[in-house]
Amino acid sequence: MHIKLEKRPAPSVAMMVLTPVLSVLLTTLIGVVVFDFLGVDGFGAVRDIFLTPILASYKWQDVAVKAAPLVIIALGLSVGNRAQVWNIGAEGQYIIGALFAAGVGIAAGDMGGPIVVLAMVLAGILGGALWAAVPALLKTRWDVNEILSSLMLTYVAGQVLGYLVGGPWKDPNGRNFPATAPLHDNQVLPIVFPGTTVHLGVIVALILPFAFWWLMARSMFGFQVRVVGAAPQAARHGGFDTKQTIWLALVISGAMAGLAGAFEFTGALHAINLGFPSGYGFTAIIVSFLGRLNPIGCLIAGIVLAITYVGGQVAQTTVHIPSSTAGIFQAMMLFLILASDIFIRYRIRFVTRRPQAAAVAGE
Amino acid sequence: MSIDFIIAAFITVVGLTTPILLAGLGELVVEKSGVLNLGVEGMMLIGAVCGFALTYTYGFDYPGIAPWGGILAAAAGGALSALLFGFLVLELNSNQVATGLALAIFGTGLSSLIGQGFTGMIITPFGSIFPDALATGRYSQVIFGYSPLVYFALAMVPAVHWFLNRTRAGLILRAVGENDLSAHSIGYSVKQVRYAAIAFGGAMAGIGGAYFSMVITPMWAEKMTAGRGWIALALVVFAGWRTGRLLAGAFFFGVLMTLELYAKASGFSLVPSEVWAAMPYLMTVVALTLISRRETAGGNAPACLGKPFLPTA
Repeated sequence: MHIKLEKRPAPSVAMMVLTPVLSVLLTTLIGVVVFDFLGVDGFGAVRDIFLTPILASYKWQDVAVKAAPLVIIALGLSVGNRAQVWNIGAEGQYIIGALFAAGVGIAAGDMGGPIVVLAMVLAGILGGALWAAVPALLKTRWDVNEILSSLMLTYVAGQVLGYLVGGPWKDPNGRNFPATAPLHDNQVLPIVFPGTTVHLGVIVALILPFAFWWLMARSMFGFQVRVVGAAPQAARHGGFDTKQTIWLALVISGAMAGLAGAFEFTGALHAINLGFPSGYGFTAIIVSFLGRLNPIGCLIAGIVLAITYVGGQVAQTTVHIPSSTAGIFQAMMLFLILASDIFIRYRIRFVTRRPQAAAVAGE
Repeated sequence: MSIDFIIAAFITVVGLTTPILLAGLGELVVEKSGVLNLGVEGMMLIGAVCGFALTYTYGFDYPGIAPWGGILAAAAGGALSALLFGFLVLELNSNQVATGLALAIFGTGLSSLIGQGFTGMIITPFGSIFPDALATGRYSQVIFGYSPLVYFALAMVPAVHWFLNRTRAGLILRAVGENDLSAHSIGYSVKQVRYAAIAFGGAMAGIGGAYFSMVITPMWAEKMTAGRGWIALALVVFAGWRTGRLLAGAFFFGVLMTLELYAKASGFSLVPSEVWAAMPYLMTVVALTLISRRETAGGNAPACLGKPFLPTA
């Protein structure tokens, strides 16, 4: 008997939904074994990383605040990924978004209130979109690979941040620590539930997936993106503009990353320091794939990944492993989800080695 | 500017050049075979922690051999983690970009976990193996004062060039990267070639990472490669997938990184230190644009780079 892969006539929807769930479960299983092997309390690590944030209600607000940027960025990235446009520079667009918001806040001086906060958030969207427009321009004008250019610009963004918070925007009262001055109370994003850290951005992150679902499933633009991604040749014949799709895919994903950066700054952190780029832009790529490039999937996957972030911090204090080990779990989930893609397009058959012999015996 | 200052600066440049040259050479071979592995940073970190762990564990009993064993461990660690990536992209045709990113995140996490028990320990730096008179002499140190890894990296430049351009195996590797379907149809195993290239790339990245933990700082710290894996990726593109230019580019990037260090340390320079730090990336984008514009006149990017190999039969 041997295993044979058989191409499915149509991609399996059941597998598309099932494989992410299985990937998460399998990750926890492998996690227990691998961590035990490395001499760490594997069960404890998995429990703290995956379950404690769900079971301990005081951790929920942390999960919500961490999930918001992941979901928002992943929504934008999913649009690009569907069109086979690979923006892996969301981290940079996230940084620039936050910096634009900070710039508006600084320019506004003592002014505050809803209008100023809205202007800061819109500036964030603009900043992210502009930073993503560079790879879009290079791609459409000179066919420059957007994977490489967007990635390179992420590191440039990091240096822009370093320069601004260590130089012109450095808090004069900050004991020479490179960071912007904390936002005035009238420039921060409102908290939705008093007494928690859940800011307005979290609510937006809950609503946006449905807007994106409508955009991708029901609008002409969504159709265009899907066609360009699935069959570029057909798209050209159908009169769809490939360049326009590249522009939109990159600018939308950049705008979303910029929005997430602006929210994180005005809603959660209220100041920008050198630790501001925390890898959300890269993790959101995992979210996008784990959510199967589906907006609602991104919402769920964003919450799962946020749980591992919060859980990583829990595990750091309880089972004494570095919080970055949560990255092992995040990467394993992505490995498994990518590996399981094959089950969507193929069906596994167990074939007996001698089909002829079997046929003869059957007669 | 005194001569001693120039010598010190030059030695700094060489030190910063070596790890990105090692990782870049590995990635160059990987990309020439048509595979884009973005996980260099993760493989470097795994190499760094493996090299350090082995050297630390055996360094007391076998001080002479331990660092060499450490380098082997770093290469093995890098290659093994690369093969995990290879299995996913070659056997299961997973998306190379996403899988490479996952490897980068995975390597960062795994190295932190393995390295946890080694934080704060120190080993003897894997320094020059030449007699002290040569290795520390005012002028002779410019030639003899480096770790064996520096000479290894330099020797690998012509070696990789010779392999890619003058050997049959190198020709097959390039054919696989340029047109996998044709290479497959005339009987070469695309998968085997790519596995070998990916493992080589991982081993080189691992050794490059070990340069940080065994030569520069002689200790382990989380995320100690500080983004150099991404610079190595940029370097390969900057070099237009050519070995000679890779060496020149690595040295150029090394100069930029040195300028950044000096600008930071002195607190005074014509431009902020961040400009120097951002320069390798900006230069890469510019180089990428120039290369792409020349594409019609015969660009160097392997035609199959990043695309899955899907034979119909």
